Amino acid sequence: MSGAAAWAGALQALGLFAADPLGLGGIAVRAGAGPVRDRWLKILYDSLPPGMPVRRVPLNAGDDRLLGGLDLAATLQAGHLVEQKGLLSEADGGVIVLPMAERIEPGSAARLRAASDEGQVTLQRDGLSRVLPAHIAMVALDEGADPDEHVPTSLLDRMAFLIDLTKVSLRDIEYDDWSGVAAPSRPLVLAGPSAMTGGAGAVHRATAAVETAKIIETLCGVAMSLGVDSIRAPLFALRAARIAAAQDGRSEPDTDDLSLAVALVYGPRATRLPPQEEAEAPPEPEPPPEDQPEPPPPDDEDQEQIPDLPLEDIVLEAAIAALPPDLLAQLASLSNTKGQVRMPGRVGQAKMSLKRGRPIGTRQGEPKGGARLHLLETLKAAAPWQTLRRRAPEHGPKRFEVRRDDFRIIRFRQRVGTTTVFAVDASGSAAMNRLGEAKGAVELLLADCYVRRDQVALIAFRGTGAQLLLAPTGSLLRAKRSLAGLPGGGPTPLAAGIDAAMALADTIRRSGRTPIITFLTDARANMTREGTGGRPKAEAEAMESARALRATGIAALLVDTSPRPNPFARTLATEMGARYVPLPYANAAALSHAVRAAAA
Amino acid sequence: MSTRPVFPFAAIVGQEDMKLAILVAAIDPGIGGVLAFGDRGTGKSTTIRALAALLPAMKVNQGCRYHCDPATPDVWCADCRAATKHKSVTAPVPVVDLPLGATEDRVVGALDLERALTGHKVFEPGLLARANRGFLYIDEVNLLEDHLVDLLLDVAASGENVVEREGLSVRHPARFVLIGSGNPEEGELRPQLIDRFGLSVEVRTPQDLPTRIEVIRRRDGFENDPVGFTEHWKKQQDKIRKRIVDARGKLSGVAVPEIALENAARLCMALGTDGLRGELTLIRAARAVACLDGDKEVTDAHLRRVAPMVLGHRLRRNPLDEAVASTRVNRAVEELFGA
Repeated sequence: MSGAAAWAGALQALGLFAADPLGLGGIAVRAGAGPVRDRWLKILYDSLPPGMPVRRVPLNAGDDRLLGGLDLAATLQAGHLVEQKGLLSEADGGVIVLPMAERIEPGSAARLRAASDEGQVTLQRDGLSRVLPAHIAMVALDEGADPDEHVPTSLLDRMAFLIDLTKVSLRDIEYDDWSGVAAPSRPLVLAGPSAMTGGAGAVHRATAAVETAKIIETLCGVAMSLGVDSIRAPLFALRAARIAAAQDGRSEPDTDDLSLAVALVYGPRATRLPPQEEAEAPPEPEPPPEDQPEPPPPDDEDQEQIPDLPLEDIVLEAAIAALPPDLLAQLASLSNTKGQVRMPGRVGQAKMSLKRGRPIGTRQGEPKGGARLHLLETLKAAAPWQTLRRRAPEHGPKRFEVRRDDFRIIRFRQRVGTTTVFAVDASGSAAMNRLGEAKGAVELLLADCYVRRDQVALIAFRGTGAQLLLAPTGSLLRAKRSLAGLPGGGPTPLAAGIDAAMALADTIRRSGRTPIITFLTDARANMTREGTGGRPKAEAEAMESARALRATGIAALLVDTSPRPNPFARTLATEMGARYVPLPYANAAALSHAVRAAAA
Repeated sequence: MSTRPVFPFAAIVGQEDMKLAILVAAIDPGIGGVLAFGDRGTGKSTTIRALAALLPAMKVNQGCRYHCDPATPDVWCADCRAATKHKSVTAPVPVVDLPLGATEDRVVGALDLERALTGHKVFEPGLLARANRGFLYIDEVNLLEDHLVDLLLDVAASGENVVEREGLSVRHPARFVLIGSGNPEEGELRPQLIDRFGLSVEVRTPQDLPTRIEVIRRRDGFENDPVGFTEHWKKQQDKIRKRIVDARGKLSGVAVPEIALENAARLCMALGTDGLRGELTLIRAARAVACLDGDKEVTDAHLRRVAPMVLGHRLRRNPLDEAVASTRVNRAVEELFGA
C-alpha cells in the first residue's frame, strides 16, 4: 500500500472514529513521533465532538493517577473523605490518548481494558469504595520499531481500527482535504468510500440497504475467510458500517459501507488470504480494484435483493485490497516466532521486588528483610488517623503518631536475571570427541555468565541417565569445579539429558528467572529412556524430547561437539527450536555470542 | 453494582464448559471456585457478570454486614451473635468484584476513614466481607499483586477474615466462591493459587461460523435494546434459576454408588494427580451435575463430563506430553470408560 493510500485510509478510519469514539472502542496508530502523526492527531482532535474530554495518560501512570484515590490534603482539611478522580474517570465520555503504547505493561493494560469493557472504574483504594463512570475510547500511539514491539494485543482487540502511518511521508499528507491548521470542527465528512475500496468508490451509487441479519452473516463469513479470530472485530465492523451509512445519510448500511468497514477493521487483522484467492494469485492484491466495478453494478441495478455470495465476495475483495502486500511474509515470520515468545521467554522479565529495581509504588508492610520504608507515604498513611489516636488513652505527648500499620514500603520492579543450564554430554563418544574442549567452551561461557550476573546450573548425561551436578548457583567457581571433576564414558542417553534440562529449566522459569539451555553434545544418541541400547529408538526419543522442549518455548542452544558437524545434531536443534553451533567452527567469541543471541 | 443492564446468562452462546462450571459452583459452593483461562474476547467476563442476575436470592439476617445465614448460627459474625433479635430477610447473592489496583485495606477491611477523621473507631468491612456467602470475582487474576494473593489464599483456606487495626480486632466469616479469569499469555498463575480453584476451564473463541454469527447477532440485539433483550430472555433465565434451586435441594439426596467412587479414584490414579482433593472434587462436581440433570445417582457419564474441568489443572506437568491438559484428561477418561 502506498503512503498516500495509507494516509487516506487513516483519515477514513479517523472520520468514522470521531463520529462515535465510544462505540468503536479505539484506534491504534502505528507511527513514529513526527509531523505525520501530529497532523493526524490534530485532525482527530478537531474532528471529535466539541467538549468531549481528551486525556493523555502517561505511560504506566500509577494507580492513584489512573484510577483515582484519596485526596489526602483535601480530606484532612475538610474533615471528610474527598476523592481524587483518576484519569480514566476524568475522561468519562471521551478519549484517552496513550503515548508509547507499545510499552504499556500488562498491569496497566489490564486496568485500561477493565475500564474499556465496563465503562466504569471500580475503585477500592485508600478507604474509598466507589464505582465511577469511565466510558472511554482509546487512542494508542504505537511507536514500536520492530514487529515484536506492539501495543498489547488485548488492547488492540478492543479497538476498531489499527492504522499504520510508518510509510506515510510528508508529501503524502499534502492532501486536498488538508487546507490549513485551523481546521473546522468537522473537517472530515467522508463522501462514501474512496481509495480503500478501489475504483468502485468513484461512482457514488445508491445501493440497496442490506438487512441486519445478512450483514452479520456477511461480516462473520468474511472474518472467517480472512482468519480474523477476534469476536469483537465483527462487532466493530458492524458499528463502523452503520456509522458510515449514517454519515452518508442512510439509515442502514449498504455494500459500500460494509466494504469500507471490512477494509478498515479486518484489513490489518487478517491472518490469511481466503483459500481460493491464495490458489489463483497468491500475493497479489492488485486484481480486485479492477474487477470490482464489474460485479457490483448488475447486483444493485436490477434488483433490491442481493444474492448471498456476491455480497460476501464484494466485501471480501474490499478487504483484500486493503491488505498489506507483504502479508504473507509477515505471516511466515509470525508462525516462526509463535512457539518461542509465547510466555515469559525473554531475558530479564520483570518481577516485583522489595529490594531493588525501578520503584513502582508502595504497599503496606514492614521495613524488614531488606524492604525500604517510604517515609512520605508512611506519614501520609498516618495522617488521617491522628484525631483518633490523640483520643486514645495511651496517647503520649507526641504530636504526630505513626504506628506499625502505617508503614509503607517501596515496591520495585526488577529485571530478573537469566539462568543458563548447561547440559553436557559426558558419554564415551563425546569424551572421545573432545569432552575437554567442550569443558573449555563451558568455562568460557561461565566467564561470560559472570559478567552478566547470570546463574548457572549443570547437568551431565551419560550411561543410563542424566544427573544434576550443580543446582542453579551464582557461584561460578563451584560450577567450574564440578565441571572439571566430570568423568566421561558410557553410552549417550540424549533423551534423558534433554528431559532433565527441560525439567530444570521449567522450575527455573517458575521461580521467575529466565532459563536458557545450552546443550553440548555430539548427538550420537544410543540409549533409550528405559535404559536399553539401540540407536533408532534412542534418536526417535531424543527428537520427541526436542519437540517437547520447543513447545515450552524455552530458549536453547545446541553446540555440536562432533569432530565433523553431525546432521542429526542439526535436525535435533531445529526440532527444539534451538540455535545450532558446530564446535569445530566455534571459537570462544563465537560461542559466547551464540549464547547471548539465544538469550535475546 | 450499578443498574446497568447485564447480558443475560441464558443468552450466552456456546461456552458450555464454563457455564457448567459456574452452575456447578453455584449448586455446591464447597467445590471451591472456578478458574476461567482463555483467549481474548471469549466472553469470560460477560459470563461471570451474568451470574449475579441469575442466582436465586438467599436468606440473611437483616442489617448484617456479612450477610449471615439465619439457618447457621454457629458461623455467625460477632454482631449477629451479640444481637438478641434476628429478622430474616432475602437478599441477592453477592457477586463482588476485586478490581486490580485495590489496596489491602479495602480488601480485608479497615477502620472507616471518614469516621476516624472525627475521632471515631468504626470498622469498615472490606470486599471479603461483602463477598461472604457469595462470589468473589477477580478478572485478570494472574496480574493480581502477590501480597493480595497471599491474603486471599489465607482467607480462602480458613473461611474467616481477621483484621487488627488501631487497637481494634475484628473477626468475621468470609466464605466465598473464588472466580478468576485471565489470559495465560499475560502471566502464569502461582501453583498455590491454582490449587484453590476446584474447577478450571479453558475458554476459546468459537470457531464455527453459525455460532459466531449467533454471538454477534445476540450482542447486537442486546446493545440495541438492552431492556427488551433481557425481557426476551427472562423465561430462559428463570428456567436456569429454577434448575439451580432444584439441584440444590437434591444435593443430599443423590447417591454416590461404590462404582463411581472407584472410577473416580482410578481416574485420578491414572492421571497421577496429587493428593485427595482432586478425587473429592471430582465426586462432588459429578454429584452437582447429577442434581442439575435431575438424576438419582452419580454415573460414569457425570464423571466424564466434569473430569476435564476438575483434573485439568491438577496434572503434574509432563514435559514429554505437549498435549493440553484437557486432552490428557480426555485420553485417560477414554482409556478408563471406553470411547
